[in-house]
Amino acid sequence: MDAQFAISGRDFVISVTDKGLRNSILKMKMDQDKTCQLSSHTFMSVSGEPGDTSNFSEYIQGNVKLYSVRNAQDLSPSETANFIRGELADALRSRSPSQVNLLVAGYDKGTNEAALYWIDYLSAMAKVPFAAHGYCGYFLYAVMDREYTADITLDGAKALIKKCFEVLKTRFIIDYSDYTIKVVDKSGTRVLSQDEL
Amino acid sequence: MNRLAEQLAANDMSEFGLHNNNDSAAIAGPSFQLAAGSNPAAFAHHFIDAKSEKDSLIKIAHGTTTLAFKFKDGVIVATDSRATAGNVIASQTVKKVIEINPYLLGTMAGGAADCSFWERVLGMECRLYELRNKKRISVAAASKMLANLVYRYKGMGLSMGTMVAGWDEKGPGLYYVDSEGQRIANDLFSVGSGSTYAYGILDSHYRYDMEVEEALDVARRAIYHATHRDAYSGGIVRMYWVRETGWEAFPLEDVGQLYYRYHPEIQLTNSAESPLTVAPLA
Repeated sequence: MDAQFAISGRDFVISVTDKGLRNSILKMKMDQDKTCQLSSHTFMSVSGEPGDTSNFSEYIQGNVKLYSVRNAQDLSPSETANFIRGELADALRSRSPSQVNLLVAGYDKGTNEAALYWIDYLSAMAKVPFAAHGYCGYFLYAVMDREYTADITLDGAKALIKKCFEVLKTRFIIDYSDYTIKVVDKSGTRVLSQDEL
Repeated sequence: MNRLAEQLAANDMSEFGLHNNNDSAAIAGPSFQLAAGSNPAAFAHHFIDAKSEKDSLIKIAHGTTTLAFKFKDGVIVATDSRATAGNVIASQTVKKVIEINPYLLGTMAGGAADCSFWERVLGMECRLYELRNKKRISVAAASKMLANLVYRYKGMGLSMGTMVAGWDEKGPGLYYVDSEGQRIANDLFSVGSGSTYAYGILDSHYRYDMEVEEALDVARRAIYHATHRDAYSGGIVRMYWVRETGWEAFPLEDVGQLYYRYHPEIQLTNSAESPLTVAPLA
């Protein structure tokens, strides 16, 4: 059960995933990075079926990188998200569908706007201001609906995320000890620690 | 030709349980005699775990304890050696560590055939890599090969939870690969029905900067405690140390004897009333 959610402002997207790899009743690894960097200004967080997650991420990562190399230009977040959705849709009714849930976050250097796309394992896609995958949505959507505004600042988003952590800590049965927090904005992608929130 | 056919058709093959149809000119041909009372569905039912595998895949024995951890001088790999078939112990001397090549080891948990076959295939691929690239394969690449191999069979019933341990240019390497397609790197893993017990010992005593003797002791104790509590683990402790120069195996130890070694206060006596007494503390 992975925690996976993200919030976007006008010029940034901040994404959060937990760091645990669990197998039945065991914690196998607690410092796993569940995000996949696609280019300098686009990344996606991935959850779902073990095996499918790593294989699909690597496939998309390779193809996005190939485009950048061939065309000396990165795909924009919207182009990336639509490409990913297309690949997932093609795989869906094939011999090997991928059961992965994604949040694609990016900053478009052309239009100077941030973008967040929610894509689920059935390859439904929506461009959203904030989103979550998995059980954490049941707890976090209410908080995000209440606190979010379209002109939220990075500090405002950080405060909102802290509130999200509080809700999960208080009410969710799984105690997530650590999270991978990534921000993408005009200057690229960077990782924040929980203390920097 | 017709006369020949009639002659053959007229042969009485009934002593072999074969019956000819003499009505037609054509040769009826022999028919198969099946084993008496054969009922394929009932036969397979014994081996199919219908409750947990709704696709009725063959029931795989998962009873095992395997562990591996990295430390400053390499990787320690330790396993038990029990194989169970339902409630019966099929063997107490199974080799659950697979020697892929002189510097790579794999462990076996899940289906024995799946593990040993695919790790042997991995050994072949690693050798081919060496021949093509004139260098040893890294642990990351070897484990990735195995992960990609089994990913192709995902959902088709392979059962494999294995750890690939070795030493390459980056130092000690350890990956967990399973038949779900998962591949993760970490310093410490335990896999199998007894893994939770082994984790109990490992998590409380493991340190990266242990000396070899201490590392071996922690591994031995972890397997011992797992075999003590898990019915499906037991037999002997097999231990390997993967160092820069390759792996080396250690003498085998029976977990039954380890019980008395770790509990010196408990001694067997010949008394009929209480065959097992605790000796008074000196």
